[in-house]
Amino acid sequence: MTLVPDFSVQRVFVEPWTTEIGTHGMMALVTFLVGATCGLVGNFLILRRMALMGDAVSHSVLPGIAVAFLWTGSRGIGAMVLGAFVAAFATHLLIEAITRHSRVRPDAAIGIAFSTLFALGVVLVAVFADRVDLDQDCVLNGDLPMIPLEPPVRLGSLSLGPPPLVRLAGLMAASVLLLVLFYKELMLTSFDPGLAAGLGLPVRAVHHGLMLWLALSVVASFEAVGAILVIALLILPGATAALLTERMVPRLVLGTVHAALSAVGGMHLSVALDCSPAGAAVVAGAVWFTAAWLFSPTAGLVPRWWRAWRAT
Amino acid sequence: MTQAGAGSDPAGSAPPLEIHDLTVAYRNKPVLWGVDLAAPAGRLIGIVGPNGAGKSTLIKACMGLLPCASGWVKAFGRPVPESLGRIGYVPQRESVDWDFPVSVMDVVLMGRYGRIGLFRRPSAEDRRIARDCLDQVQMLPFADRQISNLSGGQQQRVFLARALAQESDLYFMDEPFAGVDAATEASIIAILQGLRDRGKTLLVVHHDLPTARDYFDWLLLLNLRVVAFGPTAEVFTPELLQKTYGGRLTLLSEVAEAVQAKAR
Ligand SMILES: Nc1ncnc2c1ncn2[C@@H]1O[C@H](COP(=O)(O)OP(=O)(O)OP(=O)(O)O)[C@@H](O)[C@H]1O
Ligand SMILES: [Mg+2]
Repeated sequence: MTLVPDFSVQRVFVEPWTTEIGTHGMMALVTFLVGATCGLVGNFLILRRMALMGDAVSHSVLPGIAVAFLWTGSRGIGAMVLGAFVAAFATHLLIEAITRHSRVRPDAAIGIAFSTLFALGVVLVAVFADRVDLDQDCVLNGDLPMIPLEPPVRLGSLSLGPPPLVRLAGLMAASVLLLVLFYKELMLTSFDPGLAAGLGLPVRAVHHGLMLWLALSVVASFEAVGAILVIALLILPGATAALLTERMVPRLVLGTVHAALSAVGGMHLSVALDCSPAGAAVVAGAVWFTAAWLFSPTAGLVPRWWRAWRAT
Repeated sequence: MTQAGAGSDPAGSAPPLEIHDLTVAYRNKPVLWGVDLAAPAGRLIGIVGPNGAGKSTLIKACMGLLPCASGWVKAFGRPVPESLGRIGYVPQRESVDWDFPVSVMDVVLMGRYGRIGLFRRPSAEDRRIARDCLDQVQMLPFADRQISNLSGGQQQRVFLARALAQESDLYFMDEPFAGVDAATEASIIAILQGLRDRGKTLLVVHHDLPTARDYFDWLLLLNLRVVAFGPTAEVFTPELLQKTYGGRLTLLSEVAEAVQAKAR
């Protein structure tokens, strides 16, 4: 038995777009929606130097689901999503409380809050193993291959696709709408909270809103790619785009392009190596990031070396 | 001295800024005590005091950015949150991240956000005003520049343009001259005097004592408390400055020289 299947152009590059479009194509579409939605919020996290909040909120998903299962006794998707969402937002409030009412700085507060909550989740899952019946692996690593198999959401006779896809598409649409409506406010409160408050903008409400948006994005995504890999998809699109342009709107657009390229690259990689599609998408995303880091016309290392070499 | 600008005010004669018995504390340690003053309209007022005197704190408390331990601040006879539309603010330059992905024009337009309102985009009129303000500070050629590519003095001028775009009646400026060259300083002070002549009230933190005397109509000497507040000619005296700066001899001798130079 070989670990890596034999390479075949037909199998790796053609079939995912033709005969396998319903499985591999669907997984790639879901991955793209995760990267695109998370990338939008992630761009603002990067802007506010709060990228770590992504780690915090996504790690809190595990204890959230554990508590929800214990409490409701159900294993339904409703309890799961609600538990994850409440925990994600509670993490944000806990971090806020620590920073505002102690001398602990935000980065340390994030470290304290999310690792503790995560540990709590691990303990809960272990102690109540008989009652919580929770697949930890599934929460942390997602279950992308299962998604194309889920019965599709139907609107009359129209089949909209598997539920996670519909949820992600809805959130993506809502995110774009949110951005169009509140772009000014998000930018000003991020750049200069003092002036924003001076102009009468609700700075704290905007901050809470952003965290709410982050929590929703993480919760809609963890089913597909898991609570760990979602962190990469929150930060990679924005970080890559930031290497390529110094303007915000192009950053948001390029982040979405990055998500698309990662999804497609991840699809081919996972078929070629027969590995986890979510993991492959993150690896592909990291490859695009590295490419931007090396070759970005403005900030890339290679063009910089080239210019330095030419100058001598 | 013109006293225009207050005409549109419903409360007629209410002073642009009135502070009563204001105390501000960080973690129970007061850094401003019992500030009590009323600023007249149409004055260019300098705020002077040593490092840590509470100048920035006073401005932030006036803007409602810090909670007051006691006392109150009113602008145009109303609590500050109700008159925010008439107050402009230039924070200390270091208070923001200059790597932010916006252009010079975007930053100046931020000064208009209070007027643009929710769900709307800057109009052509907003852009015209922003360009006009950039022109006043001689930064129009940089309108499309990324802000991280500006020098310190240029950043300061962008902040000033943004404040001008707010079209306020009362301005707080925290060290607008920090890091600008002499020519820019002169052009900025001309702009501030122009605003003053149109009846606006400006409170400006300034660190250079010799020029403070020339620039400002009134001075607020601050060191945890108000040491003196009044017309420059009455307040800029060696005794009061000594009281403000305490035993800092080097500074004091500088001040004494400056005062003597003026007297000559
Ligand atoms: N965030 C803060 N937390 C605790 N103490 C603070 C904080 N900001 C300022 N202080 C303290 O408050 C006092 C006044 O500070 P403030 O910044 O108002 O001084 P300043 O007059 O503006 O000084 P500078 O000339 O250096 O700008 C100082 O003693 C400072 O140590
Ligand atoms: Mg200061």
